[in-house]
Amino acid sequence: MKELTLFSMLKLVIRRDMILAMRRRADVLTTLIFFVMVVSLFPLGVGPEMEMLRKIAPGVLWVAALLASMLSLGRLFSADHQDGTLEQMMLTPQPLAVIVLGKIVAHWMVSGLPLVLIAPVLGIQFDMQAETLGILILGLLLGTPVLSMIGGIGAALTLGLRGGGVLLSLLVLPLCIPILIFGTAAVDAVATGLSPVSHLSLLGALLVLALTFAPWVAAQALRISME
Amino acid sequence: MLEVSNLACSRGDQRLFSGLSFVLHPGQIMQVQGENGSGKTTLLRTLCGFVSADEGRVVWNGAQVASLGDAFHAEILYLGHLNAIKDDLSALENLKISAAFSGITLQDAAVKSALRRLGLKGRELLPCKVLSQGQRRRVALARLLVSEARLWILDEPLAALDVRAVALIQELIADHLSRGGMAIFTTHQPLQIDGMTVRTLALS
Amino acid sequence: MAINWFKYSAPSTFYALAGKLIPWFAVSAAMLFAVGLYIGFFVAPVDYQQGEFYRIIFIHVPASILSMFLYLVMAAYAALGLIFNTRLSAMMATAIAPTGALFAFISLWTGALWGKPMWGAWWVWDARLTSELILLFLYLGYMALHSSIDDPRRADRASALLAIVGSVNVPIIYFSVKWWNTLHQGSTIKFSGTSMHVAMQQAMFITLAACWLYAIAVVLARVRSIILEREHQTKWVAELSEVRT
Repeated sequence: MKELTLFSMLKLVIRRDMILAMRRRADVLTTLIFFVMVVSLFPLGVGPEMEMLRKIAPGVLWVAALLASMLSLGRLFSADHQDGTLEQMMLTPQPLAVIVLGKIVAHWMVSGLPLVLIAPVLGIQFDMQAETLGILILGLLLGTPVLSMIGGIGAALTLGLRGGGVLLSLLVLPLCIPILIFGTAAVDAVATGLSPVSHLSLLGALLVLALTFAPWVAAQALRISME
Repeated sequence: MLEVSNLACSRGDQRLFSGLSFVLHPGQIMQVQGENGSGKTTLLRTLCGFVSADEGRVVWNGAQVASLGDAFHAEILYLGHLNAIKDDLSALENLKISAAFSGITLQDAAVKSALRRLGLKGRELLPCKVLSQGQRRRVALARLLVSEARLWILDEPLAALDVRAVALIQELIADHLSRGGMAIFTTHQPLQIDGMTVRTLALS
Repeated sequence: MAINWFKYSAPSTFYALAGKLIPWFAVSAAMLFAVGLYIGFFVAPVDYQQGEFYRIIFIHVPASILSMFLYLVMAAYAALGLIFNTRLSAMMATAIAPTGALFAFISLWTGALWGKPMWGAWWVWDARLTSELILLFLYLGYMALHSSIDDPRRADRASALLAIVGSVNVPIIYFSVKWWNTLHQGSTIKFSGTSMHVAMQQAMFITLAACWLYAIAVVLARVRSIILEREHQTKWVAELSEVRT
């Protein structure tokens, strides 16, 4: 029997959470359907003029992605908290931050990545061009993991609280504003013939920053919440 | 060796216990007694490090538990009120994963024999949501069989178990102690370990 | 002379000290407000661009400055409380939040009042106003988290962590909002900074000082009630004359 390395622990957590998610596919689908619905409501609300739709598309998709990822965040730790698995996770010989990172990565793969993958279809509904659509997807690909990371901190802080879901959004949404800004600005830049590189690299920088600190902060938050 | 000195814990405003001291040597077992709300679970959770004590120290083999950090986790096995069982996973998967969390990689054969010993033969591959309350507890208790931890911290290990399972758990604890392990537990049912005296710690 | 600061970090001694300090801060805040607003309204000349409307800056600017500083002070206290496990710092952080949120709100309100005659709209998505709005959200999140956790210890620690994460995020948010604002060529509040009259500067500094003193007085008063609430079971609280009667 050998000791698990950090990396194999990370793999174990991701695999476990993916299996659990696949056995509860309905939860994954509801997030995705919510995303599609919110985006589809906008043309009904603001009217079907193509010019305007094309203009608001990046903002609409980003805000909808933001809201959809808030929806699924509540489940990130709460299921494991309720059945006691979280206590066992805190007692592993590996740092808790590794497990938290694994859970966040798995969470992104089942709730963030599907949004990125379906976004092109929704972009076409808004008559986005191939070029802007590509940048939107790239931005979402860089930005949605950061949403999951920041959201992970919020989910850990609000673990087991009354009205945790709404509270979670209240805490996390303001912190996500930079992601929203850089993500939509990248698309706007391309649409006006400018280079989106600076916006995307800022998103990348935020991703690196979040990857470095968020798991550790979320682990601390979990310790506080478990007391 | 586990040394607890002058430990004090509270929940909210209420002081649960203070000035608590005891030493647990290898091969010893101790039962924590007290009424509901006297802080039994809090004591066990404090030993695990979930709750930080108001005062006092917990020392493991000469080093403060707080300074040992994650390394201490390899030495303990904690079984709480909750089973830490995933309804959507089978008994086999559950045991394999929870063993992996405590740093042990298990082959399927070893997992199956552990589950069999706990009377779960033929149910290894069923999702745990179809198992009864007692059977789920057995899945959780199967961790005792595969554990390498020196110190077992068991909160109500006998809850929801039938007579035969209780006998089996007593046997497992006796084995563990004879190998030089330690155990600290709470229970409302009498627990007898052959050839061992169970020390008691009363919380008032 | 060496002052034993740790003596004052005990809630019981701090309670008495704060009680003595509050009247001084409160009275000087009131006096400075009176002087500052008098200079602002009657001595300072009319701005050649903005007419009389600019006079709202004597409230708006100090409120904005304080709302930002107080967040950092709050986060600093929260960090102290989290790292050194000092009860008083955590109570200070909790006490600062409502005052900070109030200043953020006043800043937004006065900003809107100023925007109507200047831009013809109550709300303009100006970088500073937007940042201020997000800051208000951060304060509200902090207070919401703190109040929804029943156990005071967990509440302190969880909201402290949130405040620290928030204060790391504040520069990023501020920078991103500014960036967003320049991209969309939004309007920016500009006061004729270089040609500011001496009386205007005086009024601004005096009201700023008044706001600081007010904030300190109010925070101390709030800390006193938090101390009473948290320590109600202790002997020294039971012996206080104001509690016994």
